Amino acid sequence: MTQISLTVDGTQVTDDVEPRMLLVQYLREKLGKTGTVIGCDTSNCGACTVHLDGRSVKSCNVLAVQADGHEVTTIEGLATDGQLHPVQEAFRECHGLQCGFCTPGMIMQSVDLLNENPHPTEQEVRLGLEGNLCRCTGYHNIVKSVLYAAEHAGQDEKAGAR
Amino acid sequence: MTATAERPAAEVGKDRRRKEDQRLVTGRTRWTDNLTLPGMVHLAMVRSPFAHAKISSIDASAAKSAPNVVGVFTGADFGDELGVCINAWPITPEQVTPNHSPMPADRVAFAGEIVAVVVARTAAEARDAAELVDVEYDELPAALDLKEAANDTVLSHPDSGTNKSALWVFDSGEAGTGGDVEQAITKARADGIVIEREYRQQRLIPAFMEPRSVVVDPTGEQLTMWSATQIPHILRFALAATTGVPESKIRVIAPDVGGGFGGKLQATPEEWIAWAVARRIQKPVKYTETRSESLQSAHHGRDQWQKLTLAATKDGTVTGFKVDLLADLGAYVAIVGGGVPVLGAFMFNAIYKFPSYRFSCQTVLTNKAWTDAYRGAGRPEATYAVERIMDELAAEVGADPLEIREKNWIPHEEFPFTTVAGLTYDSGNYEAATAKAKAMFDYDALRAEQKKRRDAGDPVQLGIGISTFTEMCGLAPSRVLGTLDYGAGGWEHASVRMLATGKVEVVTGTSAHGQGHETAFSQIVADRLGVPFEDVEILHGDTQVSHKGLDTYGSRSLTVGGEALVRAADKVIEKAKPIAAHLLEANVDDVEFSAGTFSVKGTDQGKTIQEIALSTFAAHDYPEGIEPNIDAESTYDPVNFSFPHGTHLCAMEVDTETGQTTMRKYVACDDIGTIINPLIVSGQVHGGLVQGIAQALWEEAVYDDSGTLVSGSFVDYLLPTAADTISFDIDHTTSPSTTNSLGTKGVGEAGTIASTPAVVNAIVDAVRHRGVTDILMPCTPERVWKAINSSGPGGSTEAAAMPHFDTEEPGTSSTEGAGA
Repeated sequence: MTQISLTVDGTQVTDDVEPRMLLVQYLREKLGKTGTVIGCDTSNCGACTVHLDGRSVKSCNVLAVQADGHEVTTIEGLATDGQLHPVQEAFRECHGLQCGFCTPGMIMQSVDLLNENPHPTEQEVRLGLEGNLCRCTGYHNIVKSVLYAAEHAGQDEKAGAR
Repeated sequence: MTATAERPAAEVGKDRRRKEDQRLVTGRTRWTDNLTLPGMVHLAMVRSPFAHAKISSIDASAAKSAPNVVGVFTGADFGDELGVCINAWPITPEQVTPNHSPMPADRVAFAGEIVAVVVARTAAEARDAAELVDVEYDELPAALDLKEAANDTVLSHPDSGTNKSALWVFDSGEAGTGGDVEQAITKARADGIVIEREYRQQRLIPAFMEPRSVVVDPTGEQLTMWSATQIPHILRFALAATTGVPESKIRVIAPDVGGGFGGKLQATPEEWIAWAVARRIQKPVKYTETRSESLQSAHHGRDQWQKLTLAATKDGTVTGFKVDLLADLGAYVAIVGGGVPVLGAFMFNAIYKFPSYRFSCQTVLTNKAWTDAYRGAGRPEATYAVERIMDELAAEVGADPLEIREKNWIPHEEFPFTTVAGLTYDSGNYEAATAKAKAMFDYDALRAEQKKRRDAGDPVQLGIGISTFTEMCGLAPSRVLGTLDYGAGGWEHASVRMLATGKVEVVTGTSAHGQGHETAFSQIVADRLGVPFEDVEILHGDTQVSHKGLDTYGSRSLTVGGEALVRAADKVIEKAKPIAAHLLEANVDDVEFSAGTFSVKGTDQGKTIQEIALSTFAAHDYPEGIEPNIDAESTYDPVNFSFPHGTHLCAMEVDTETGQTTMRKYVACDDIGTIINPLIVSGQVHGGLVQGIAQALWEEAVYDDSGTLVSGSFVDYLLPTAADTISFDIDHTTSPSTTNSLGTKGVGEAGTIASTPAVVNAIVDAVRHRGVTDILMPCTPERVWKAINSSGPGGSTEAAAMPHFDTEEPGTSSTEGAGA
């Protein structure tokens, strides 16, 4: 067991974890952050995407111990003061989700994409979401959601900014 | 309250944002795997690596002594207590149906079958210990290739004596619904056109995003199962029927379920094993599969060979269509099983007035994962076959493929129309949908560009693919299912509960897993009862709340479940009417209901339905002889299927030098009758399209020659990403269905059913001048290139799919292999 301390969705947490424990397992099993889900075993699907120090990572591809001393944001920490993040709002507005299983990862990746490139083209959105699989939407409305979020972001506020 | 209140704007037809989304975009979801119960233990499965083998011995001693292991169980430890996995649709009385134990004790019939289960305090400990279970197998020869298996050279289940499970035949001459197809073919051979083709429906994997998960809680008076399933009600029945627990002691809950596409329409070994373990150890248990387990052992879809003979006159008028299918069931006959290809039997004639038709389907058992429903279930296969062969007919005649279709389709003035397969299509307008699709697509301009590129010898050729599909959905009139020997009915149940505070609880027997029922059903009820959309709560997916239902599949929830809602809501109004009359001191016959208010004809006296609900709750003042209750329920048995249709047009660019294909444009004009929520409909269409397109271009479950699934992870099973796909142009024409009050038709499967042939037709159209008439799906660049540069449809993808197991250079033997 190794002791780790990190910030998750703004809260300081400390735990003893097995060195082999994945960050996603830590989030789900130790912290009850079940908003972040597991969709595959090979880091293809991106359903477990979270932010590590503000950048998107697939949390199945990070060991919990690697997050020691860092800041993690999950889908559960994205809305502030009961207000949906603009990207969450855009997914709702544009019907960018159906079953919703890929959605936490898809939104976290989209936020990162918009932080990086606040005014992407459709093709840039499509390439930026390549690591996240969705089986319901055919991506059409997911792409539309990200473009909507970019378009509706305040003039000096980036859509991806928290 | 007066009766002059304005009627609220109709909810039906409005693009309401979904009620479901708030919890889903914030991570406040209740997936089965999210549940943790006090004292809960975790299961890990030990699965056979062999496709076919006798289990000689199982030594679990090391696993049992591993840290925090609670127990290890095998099939022998349980015996009959395990129950069986059921087949609910024996398609013929003689069907060969091997016994399907959830955990066989003696012999495994596919790679991935469960032979032991490890129970431990954590999932990780269970998985670690599962590695320590030592199973000795005595390998048996495996029946893998579908065509070879049909010859019984190797038996998938030696005791059965044959791999052939059932032969199901429909003949329009014998049924009296049309002529004799053999006569039509003989005549066409003499003085017309005969087109003979053999098409392959590759094996697919539903690949829902949420892996299957099950939790069983044996504490308390009722045993409760949470499962990531499409069918909580059917599971409850099947658990009672096969494990001896009284149905009244069983509660099944499908909480938030992350997609299904038919893949969660199953009674699975994993659910049955979790049930047995929980009952045995009297502790809550959880099992969540890994993605590899899901791809390996959750049921697959399609996997057919289709032999087709189309007879026509020289001008392209079809005179007969003969279909011979070979369908791979995998190792066991699944819950719908052979019924899936049979659902296609009524659809090969599609939108056309074929005078004669014969369909036969031979189902075959092999040593591969079982197959069952996958989005479209039978109708994509039928649509693919007929829409591909209509293009072949057009090429033979030398006509535009849309003209050949128009020559043969049912004109709109002939509805209702009884088809050669014996179904009565209630409504449709193929001319209107096609005209709109052509305009959206700019059909003539693209045809002109195609000609220009062809004349210029452009290395990148343009192809236009057409699919004028219809399908039958809304499973199903119970009597029809009865004549087909299906094990259940096709009705749906709904109840509407008027709460004292004016809120409305609606209970549906359908079980959504991404479809947006909570939103669309709220719209229907809000309109019907004249209550605010926000005040309607849709409850579903828990057999203790929704005690009666037949769940969600086959695009049935709206056409069948929605009609049950409408009828239950109408009964609420009828029950409230005498109470309203009493309170208004009026004669019942003088009371009218409109926009949520009961009013007395010719007066401004009125009471809202919410006021009636409150006064019924108080029950201080209501008429003699009736109950103080305006809640109502309805069980609706549909009178017919619903028949959505549409015209899909696809433009594909094919690089003839590399075989690379690029989708340039995709237009879908669907007629799905009345639309409840256009936003939700657009999502269903887009998602359906991509699943169908993925069959055409990317997906295939591939086994190697020892029966190992080599496409057993998302590295190898190619789901499309956002970068692989395009945005679509979709629109609608509307011919309301005449068989339900709202005029709705199903939409969940339409996109998948229509799109596959549109894409393949487009690719073939792009390179037909190079002598290509067929390319096997998925149409990989390699196959397309080979089809252009040699004869034949492009060969097997096996070697290309398994380079990491190939000691030689990757892909070198990919022209060979079964099935090419």
